[in-house]
Amino acid sequence: MKETAFTKYHINLGAKMAEFAGYHMPIEYSGIRDEHITVREKLGVFDVSHMGEFWVKGPKAFNFVQTLTSNNVADLLPGKVQYSCFPNGKGGIVDDLLVYKVDDETYLLVVNAANIAKDWNWCESHATEMGLEIGKDFYNASAEICQLAIQGPLALKAMQKLTSASIEKMEYYSFKKCDFAGIKDAIFSTTGYTGSGGCEIYVANEDGSKLWDAVFKAGEEFGIKPIGLGARDTLRLESGFCLYGNDINDETSAIQAGLGWITKFVDGNDFIDRDVWQKQKEEGVSPRLKGFILEDRGIPRQHYKVVNAEGEEIGEVTSGTMSPVINKGIGMAYLNEGYWKVGAEIFIQVRNKNLKAFVAKPPFHKRE
Amino acid sequence: MSVPANLMYTEDHEWIKIDGDIATVGITDYAQQQLGDIVFVEIETEGETIEKGETFGTIEAVKTVSDLFMPITGEIIEVNPKLEEAPETVNSDPYNVGWMVKIKITDASQADDLLSADAYNETIG
Repeated sequence: MKETAFTKYHINLGAKMAEFAGYHMPIEYSGIRDEHITVREKLGVFDVSHMGEFWVKGPKAFNFVQTLTSNNVADLLPGKVQYSCFPNGKGGIVDDLLVYKVDDETYLLVVNAANIAKDWNWCESHATEMGLEIGKDFYNASAEICQLAIQGPLALKAMQKLTSASIEKMEYYSFKKCDFAGIKDAIFSTTGYTGSGGCEIYVANEDGSKLWDAVFKAGEEFGIKPIGLGARDTLRLESGFCLYGNDINDETSAIQAGLGWITKFVDGNDFIDRDVWQKQKEEGVSPRLKGFILEDRGIPRQHYKVVNAEGEEIGEVTSGTMSPVINKGIGMAYLNEGYWKVGAEIFIQVRNKNLKAFVAKPPFHKRE
Repeated sequence: MSVPANLMYTEDHEWIKIDGDIATVGITDYAQQQLGDIVFVEIETEGETIEKGETFGTIEAVKTVSDLFMPITGEIIEVNPKLEEAPETVNSDPYNVGWMVKIKITDASQADDLLSADAYNETIG
């Protein structure tokens, strides 16, 4: 198992550890519920060093990123971040990712830990074809960078103590390179996958200890806690964010997954699979990914079947959990046409029973 | 890890407290720690007689779901009513307030197969 710059901290703090994407990662510390609520109400720290980072540089960088990703990179300003995905050439998705634009010839792609090798191989062949020099214009920095996500409504206020750069008023999905906690050239980014605001900070591995210590010291007065991957999953699901491998994969399109907003069919954005996805958007496609809330007591889980009132199968759950905020079962499922409207009645097959649920639009925790 | 000496145990991480032909059953401290935050306990077998080793309900934590197994054969005569509203009680007090069911034992000799606290402690090492 690989270790991140923070693995020793997780073990010392008594986290429940497990292997995730080849890394020795913390699953939970004080308990998923407590950690979840800490992030929703205060602030919590996630080790996300296992994520992958690819640099794309040079005069051919724009064309490469524009072709490989579905969102419109021409819209992206320096210092801003874009959520996007790599279409796989067969109408599915290689991975979802963040695109950072430093300047017209410098981009940073941040990809899922479980997909680093797969993404690299996919991008590398295209980069070579487009004339980028591997190792120079297209560079895998995943093993050199560590990353902490500090998430929650108090995160930016707490982190402001660690830098003279103005970060508290930064717009969502922007970033700056700054001196942070005495670490030069940290990348400070107002991104994250919890739906509670906050930031993600990238530094070199050798600066990891310095970052960890400073972050926890600065957050102490605000009630900062370390958070494991368990709560990371319940937080993202409660906010309706897709998880690659669960809700999106090589067989699902961005249109089916409700990610039409990261596919821009505009002049100059001739990305891979544009034609297939544009056709789906114009002519419709089924099944589609929808959120739902359980009315009956129970917890939906991945691969549970979804049926209608007549008991006919109409879909499958891709993610499910118990929402710690609304205390109900919540999830996402691919549903056949006819069951897409908010409020539509569906039934989740939980073991031998059909539990009543209704289609709902996330975020689920902001409903009541 | 708490393993009270006055209870008997199974390898499935249930505890049982026998009082004549009536017994109280729950899951161990070790089991609740392994499961993490318990969010749902479903026991719909009240009134049924269930064989030793068979499932009498399910317990769900945020990330996992697990069956509950009968430590010895018996009739489920009561389900802890507190668990519907406060399943987290199983985390906070698994041996007292967080008990699962009371059963009427049909074959007292099966109790010989149960583990003592020391023997159970060894299985969870």
